[in-house]
Amino acid sequence: MGLDINWAVDWVRRSADVVSEHRVELINLDREIGDGDHGENMDRGFQAVLPKLDDLPAGSTPGDVLKLVATTLISTVGGAAGPLYGTAYLRASSAVGGEVSLDGNAVAALLQAGRDGIVARGKAESGDKTMVDAWTPAVDAAASAAAGGADAAAVLRAAADAAAAGAVATEPLVARKGRASYLGERSAGHRDPGAQSSALLLEAAAEAASNGTSA
Amino acid sequence: MTSAGRVGVVFVSHSERIAEGLVDLARQMAPTAALVAAGGTDDGRIGTSFDRVNTAIGEADAGAGVVVLCDLGSAILTAETVLDFLDDEQRGRVRIVDAPLVEGGVAASVAAESGAPLEEVVRAAESARGSGPPGAGVGEAGAAATAVEATPASTTHARRITLQNADGLHARPAAELVKLATTFPQRVTVNGTDAKSLLSIMALGLVKGDEVEIASSDPDGAAAVDALAELAASGFGEA
Ligand SMILES: [Mg+2]
Repeated sequence: MGLDINWAVDWVRRSADVVSEHRVELINLDREIGDGDHGENMDRGFQAVLPKLDDLPAGSTPGDVLKLVATTLISTVGGAAGPLYGTAYLRASSAVGGEVSLDGNAVAALLQAGRDGIVARGKAESGDKTMVDAWTPAVDAAASAAAGGADAAAVLRAAADAAAAGAVATEPLVARKGRASYLGERSAGHRDPGAQSSALLLEAAAEAASNGTSA
Repeated sequence: MTSAGRVGVVFVSHSERIAEGLVDLARQMAPTAALVAAGGTDDGRIGTSFDRVNTAIGEADAGAGVVVLCDLGSAILTAETVLDFLDDEQRGRVRIVDAPLVEGGVAASVAAESGAPLEEVVRAAESARGSGPPGAGVGEAGAAATAVEATPASTTHARRITLQNADGLHARPAAELVKLATTFPQRVTVNGTDAKSLLSIMALGLVKGDEVEIASSDPDGAAAVDALAELAASGFGEA
């Protein structure tokens, strides 16, 4: 069973919910090693997407939803997360093209394109204590699940679990990119807020997939 | 429109006030160039705005290109994302320059004011990257100055004058000298430093009463040397 437009819309709604719920947590994580705006920025961005979902024309595809998220985040999130997530969703949208239904391989490709977009935009590498440290384990887990024949929901579950572990694993790291890098050694001991929000978004994707909203 | 055909400069900062302040500062030395601030978020908070940067680039672009200077990392990410959304033709003439926002911005603005082409405005901004004495690791201008110093015997025109004006060769007088120098194709030096490089000239730290040698090794450089010497001797219109 593939994931269709309903999954994509549900993913966005769940993303908006989870970002609102964790807004203060993200603010606090960012305040410890950054400028403290991440929770507020992400919340504003996803809240801005919600009303636009109702305007999607009939026949829209998951790729259309991803593109809508991309352009909205780019224009409403004031921090680095805007261009980074915006580029991720934009590349993910291109990767799935006009497909109406996404299987396990398509979802793995979507995630990989998203991660590649973040890397291209932010030029961060694994271990730099950024959102890449959640995305790269997620992409790897998704690829091996898809290669093993997992369906789309199972691929997303594998990705979400790996992203959550990846976010936790940023805690001991010393930041080498972004505002936190100004703190040097003092950035160790704190979870990266971008990795944490990435894990939350991928968890929302997996929950939307397992909740039977797919065709 | 006064800026038609000239390069524009966009200042991207997380702070609306920093971006606007930079335009004010650069405006002193580049009164008619297209200098546009793109600071803060859409609602004026700290951050950067895709729409503000996009609009600013549109305003600054008169067809000759735009140099974009950014403060912190995510400002660069926003500017790069804006470039991704431009059509190929316009993207080709917009440059995000990695240079100090204040010094690079002033240098770029002065170059833009003088009508310099895009690559030259980019180089002017980049010339602010290095620190240290003029001519030492400040990009092409510095490298060229070193090359000339290696062959001092080739100087064909030189004039020595004593600076009369209160500010010496700083701020506005330096900008005026550089502006005039860029109107001549020949290379001219001030105490061995490229007269077209604002930062190098300002770094000379020449004050009232200092003696200045304006020289060119170009066979056609006499007119340029005379013009610059007369401007300096006139005291730049200062009392
Ligand atoms: Mg932040």
